[in-house]
Amino acid sequence: MATGELNPNHYQAQRAAKVVQHYLNTRYGSPYRLLGLHRVHSGNAEDVEDSGRKYQLEISVQEIISNMTEKCSAEVLFPSGGQQRSPQVQASCEELLKINTIAQEEALYQQYKMKPSLLSAQNLPDSYGHIDPDMKPFWHLCIVASSFIMLNESSENTLFNVAQVANITQLATENDQLKFDCHVLLHEMVSQEIIHWKLLFTWSPPEGVKVQQMEQLPHCHHCEKPPNTN
Amino acid sequence: MEKSTLGFFVLVLTIVQTSNSLVEGLESTRMYDYTKYHPMDEIYKWMEDVERENPELVSSAVYGRTFEGKNITLLKFGLQNPEGKEKKVIWMDCGIHAREWIAPAFCQWFVKEIVTSYKTNKKLEQMLQNLDVYVTPVINVDGYMYTWVNTTTRIWRKSRSTPPSGNSCLGVDLNRNFNANWGTVGVSFDSCANTYCGKEAGSEPEATAVMDFVGKMVKQTLCFLTIHSAGQLILLPYGHPQISAPNYDELVSVGKAAAAEMKKLHGMGYTVGTSPQILYPNSGSSRDWARLVGIPFSYTFELRDKGEFSHLLPEDQIKPACEEAYAGALSIITYVHDKTFNSGAIPSAAFSGVAMVMLSSFMIVFLTTGVFL
Repeated sequence: MATGELNPNHYQAQRAAKVVQHYLNTRYGSPYRLLGLHRVHSGNAEDVEDSGRKYQLEISVQEIISNMTEKCSAEVLFPSGGQQRSPQVQASCEELLKINTIAQEEALYQQYKMKPSLLSAQNLPDSYGHIDPDMKPFWHLCIVASSFIMLNESSENTLFNVAQVANITQLATENDQLKFDCHVLLHEMVSQEIIHWKLLFTWSPPEGVKVQQMEQLPHCHHCEKPPNTN
Repeated sequence: MEKSTLGFFVLVLTIVQTSNSLVEGLESTRMYDYTKYHPMDEIYKWMEDVERENPELVSSAVYGRTFEGKNITLLKFGLQNPEGKEKKVIWMDCGIHAREWIAPAFCQWFVKEIVTSYKTNKKLEQMLQNLDVYVTPVINVDGYMYTWVNTTTRIWRKSRSTPPSGNSCLGVDLNRNFNANWGTVGVSFDSCANTYCGKEAGSEPEATAVMDFVGKMVKQTLCFLTIHSAGQLILLPYGHPQISAPNYDELVSVGKAAAAEMKKLHGMGYTVGTSPQILYPNSGSSRDWARLVGIPFSYTFELRDKGEFSHLLPEDQIKPACEEAYAGALSIITYVHDKTFNSGAIPSAAFSGVAMVMLSSFMIVFLTTGVFL
């Protein structure tokens, strides 16, 4: 296991930094604010007795809609022990919060709180990488909700990204929160597998994204066989 | 009188038809949209058009068949060497992994660049006189066609071969099936896994097609480029963490020079290193096979992006992604060409005709008299 100063371009620091991205999206993500890892400047790893492995990182994070970048410090602890426990992250990237998205979020919230028909969208993006501009905020919302899963599932041996939102369906508003059911495809880079998850989550501008339920869906092997031919 | 009029009519019609199809032929690859993703039947037709429209530059070859029996086709680019010297080889392949659509899009873009610029780009013309460039737009034809069936098949990665008995899932990760430390690291022996390496090295016809064809010209091959997505990486051999290529330092510096060229275009960073350093360990890759059999420069290009869209890269990014990939590939090809064909004696564009005559006269006097004037 790499210990001490890490090469910022090598996979150890990059995987830990991706975990920070997922953490930041669970905290700050919204339909109009989505964060991506821009660069790792430096990293350090050490074994912490009876705890696990701790990474200290200097990274740059980019808000993908405004393209603003910010340098942040972060710490990631991957717990040791038999139980699969989620990594713990501490990160400070408050400059990005100053990107003003309040007006847009309020407008979206009001529009979909009042709509008589509930939203339903599939394949964001489609096979050609295309997303209808009106659907982009919902693509972002599902990615933010998926970040809770990606954060929970991450280890030193994984690198998660959202491959596609297969389906997002709006459910009845609950306690002034918009509510959604989302079927998402996650791409895990090291195994190259696509993992299906179903999420139930709520959102409003003051409360942000809150995940109520998440469930991994089984991999349908028989779906991949060709139909019986002579 | 009637007969000759009829004959004249037929003659005129024939001329009109021929020139129409010639005009149509000249137009078709120019009208092809390189900024869109194309299904396999369109790519096959496009390859025919490219060959037909550029007979002095392009020929094609079918060098294998996929598991489902489809042709694995390459286009070969080269000009006659004015001194009849032996040509060296550059190999490029795209689409080993079915869902990495930007890779075949890049191979098509690369072809377009060569075809539309070689007549006006002296350096490129010179390189094509010394090199034969082999481009395979899609190696994993079965897998690529499967990704076009519907949105649920879009993220398929492997080939489409049926598994050995006792195994339940289709397809082999072709980039784990090559004969290069096969089955040692970064693979699964579970046929249902996306990194399943097959029942043995070279079990897959797509991999053997490459190994057999390139295997016959290893001594002349300077460079092997295999194009993938995503991650924005330039990977050098080897995928095994404990094995180093003998020319590691040079591979790194040439890779870094390519990455620098790529960044100039749109500011995108490409990281250079071995797979175990910057991605993950793996074995049985085509890049490793190429280096192992002695091809000195072997790289995997992982094109855009870094996770926002991953393999579902939007079509509006095809042009910038291909422009930067072209700059990177050309940087490596130019380096290996110039290293082999020391360009000292070859006139550069800056040389005037008069200067060349003077230089030649100088040389003639020196060579005949031994006196250096």
